[in-house]
Amino acid sequence: MASINKAVLDLKRLDLLANNDSVIHRLDARAKVLVTCVFILCIVSYDRYELSALFPFFIFPAVLIALAGLPPLFIAKKIALLCPFVLVVGIFNPVFDREVLVNLGPLGISGGWISFASIMVRSILTVGAAFILVGVTGFTAVCQALERLGMPQVFAVQLLFLYRYIFVLSEEGGRASRARELRSCGRKGLGIRSFSSMIGHLLLRTWQRAERIHMAMLARGFTGQFHAYRQSSFGKAELLFVLGWSALFVFLRINNVSRHLGTLITGLFT
Amino acid sequence: MHMADALLSPAVGCTMWAASAGTIAYCSRKVRLEMDEKKVPLMGVLGAFIFAAQMINFTIPATGSSGHLGGGLLLAILLGPYAAFLSIASVLLIQALFFADGGLLALGCNIFNLGIFPAFIAYPLIYRPIIGNRPTQGKIVAASMIAAVTSLQLGAFGVVLETVASGISSLPFATFVTLMQPIHLGIGIVEGLVTAAVVSFVYKARPEILQCVTPAQAAAGYSIRNVAIVFLVASLLTGGVISRFASEHPDGLEWSIQKVTGKEEVEGVKGQLHVLMASLQEKAAFLPDYSFKEPETPKEVTLHPASAARIEAADQTSGKQEKDEGNRLGTTVSGILGGLMTLVLAGVTGFILKKRIGAA
Repeated sequence: MASINKAVLDLKRLDLLANNDSVIHRLDARAKVLVTCVFILCIVSYDRYELSALFPFFIFPAVLIALAGLPPLFIAKKIALLCPFVLVVGIFNPVFDREVLVNLGPLGISGGWISFASIMVRSILTVGAAFILVGVTGFTAVCQALERLGMPQVFAVQLLFLYRYIFVLSEEGGRASRARELRSCGRKGLGIRSFSSMIGHLLLRTWQRAERIHMAMLARGFTGQFHAYRQSSFGKAELLFVLGWSALFVFLRINNVSRHLGTLITGLFT
Repeated sequence: MHMADALLSPAVGCTMWAASAGTIAYCSRKVRLEMDEKKVPLMGVLGAFIFAAQMINFTIPATGSSGHLGGGLLLAILLGPYAAFLSIASVLLIQALFFADGGLLALGCNIFNLGIFPAFIAYPLIYRPIIGNRPTQGKIVAASMIAAVTSLQLGAFGVVLETVASGISSLPFATFVTLMQPIHLGIGIVEGLVTAAVVSFVYKARPEILQCVTPAQAAAGYSIRNVAIVFLVASLLTGGVISRFASEHPDGLEWSIQKVTGKEEVEGVKGQLHVLMASLQEKAAFLPDYSFKEPETPKEVTLHPASAARIEAADQTSGKQEKDEGNRLGTTVSGILGGLMTLVLAGVTGFILKKRIGAA
């Protein structure tokens, strides 16, 4: 039960971050969506054993978090709750791939562990990029950006409806769930029978609510469009942002900066 | 189960994106043209309902563990395939952005696995024929159960195919399948039970909601052409996967197949989205090549598998293993050191920027 409220609070907090005002926040949402896409594509295009070349890409989240004034600990904590599926699938790599690829003195590291580490780093980078995108843009703006990039309007309007009602309905669901838990004294009554009638009632109420909402909106002149809080256009700054970051990502993708730097440093001492 | 960015290759990710984006465009047009606009708020609010319902747990009979509703099939039953697909896709988008379930590139896969199978396979081909024109309690239970199990089995199989085709995970196909399918059989049975329970509740309380998708309308709206499109996409996808297996070093083949799919869909549904996807595909297309071109001489050993294997082979034939040993250790150390350095540098850059922003 606590987890329902916590999940909703987390969601609200992440979206509230988008109300900040910074250089990054003021950019057009389309620029940020595009850069995030290029970033993710560059990361996932690496070979499965690539590890060192992934580290320079941390520059992107680091710079964006700093410039946009996002709370780094909050983002880190959210990333730490990594998708468990990745961990479960990734942990099989060391089991199936035992060929030693790297020797650190007497210690042989198998390819499986390297690819496992690579999967984890990829996961942190890609998941982090998604959080940062929401944190610096906000869900509504991301939707509008996607719509202006060609997403069908029906889908965009539907997404915005969904987002607005998540809070209302999850609070309602949370209350119902708490009431059921309080009445069930231990484990009795938490079964599928009470669950289904509770969910059924929630569904019926939701259905009627949706009809009322729609009529109210029509009465107020809703024509199938939502209006943005922040109006922006794709100008010079956006172009620079997209081209600059994309060029950097492609450069990092082609050159393994970590290795060059490491060779330079070890070269100094030998 | 959500697919994740970290396990995907760009080829698989972009193909699935193209398939899902095409279906979204198609469904949006369908909803706009054929159904009343009144459904749009209903779709959004029911999506939010699925969120709320997923947060409430129940005790699974005979096991003691707890489960929750998945909701794809329930949405299909309540809204019909097109609206349900859009609703599921939007729920998945929010999960990807706010809860790190998967990721942005994996979103294409997730929409395909969790949206297309319940909305376009399980509901029209299994649920509707079993229910027929006169639903009864028994029929609802049987139909929901079979449909839920089928769509989850297909979805799990989709995850396996996508993961294996991407080649990031080392799990062999057979092992992965034998792991995933039984787990999802269990999940499917629970999903079927819950869906059946909720649908029969609604059927008793307000049968007119279920009539909202009347059998006649559903049967007429669901032509054989749509089934054919879904199967076409699926077969093209399988084609891409097989070509991946066929060639060890993926070359232009799969990219050309993908471009062909992209073009076919552009013809079917107009929209800028496809232009965007095509350009993204092109951007990604030149990238994978680089991972096979090593700029260094073969002596330089990195954490790279292809070159490492190549050198291993070269070493054994020419017998100069000892000479390379020191070299190899050196480059490994420099790789790790360099990686840590760049990580620290990235952190420091962020820190300094933050300081300066704070001071300004």
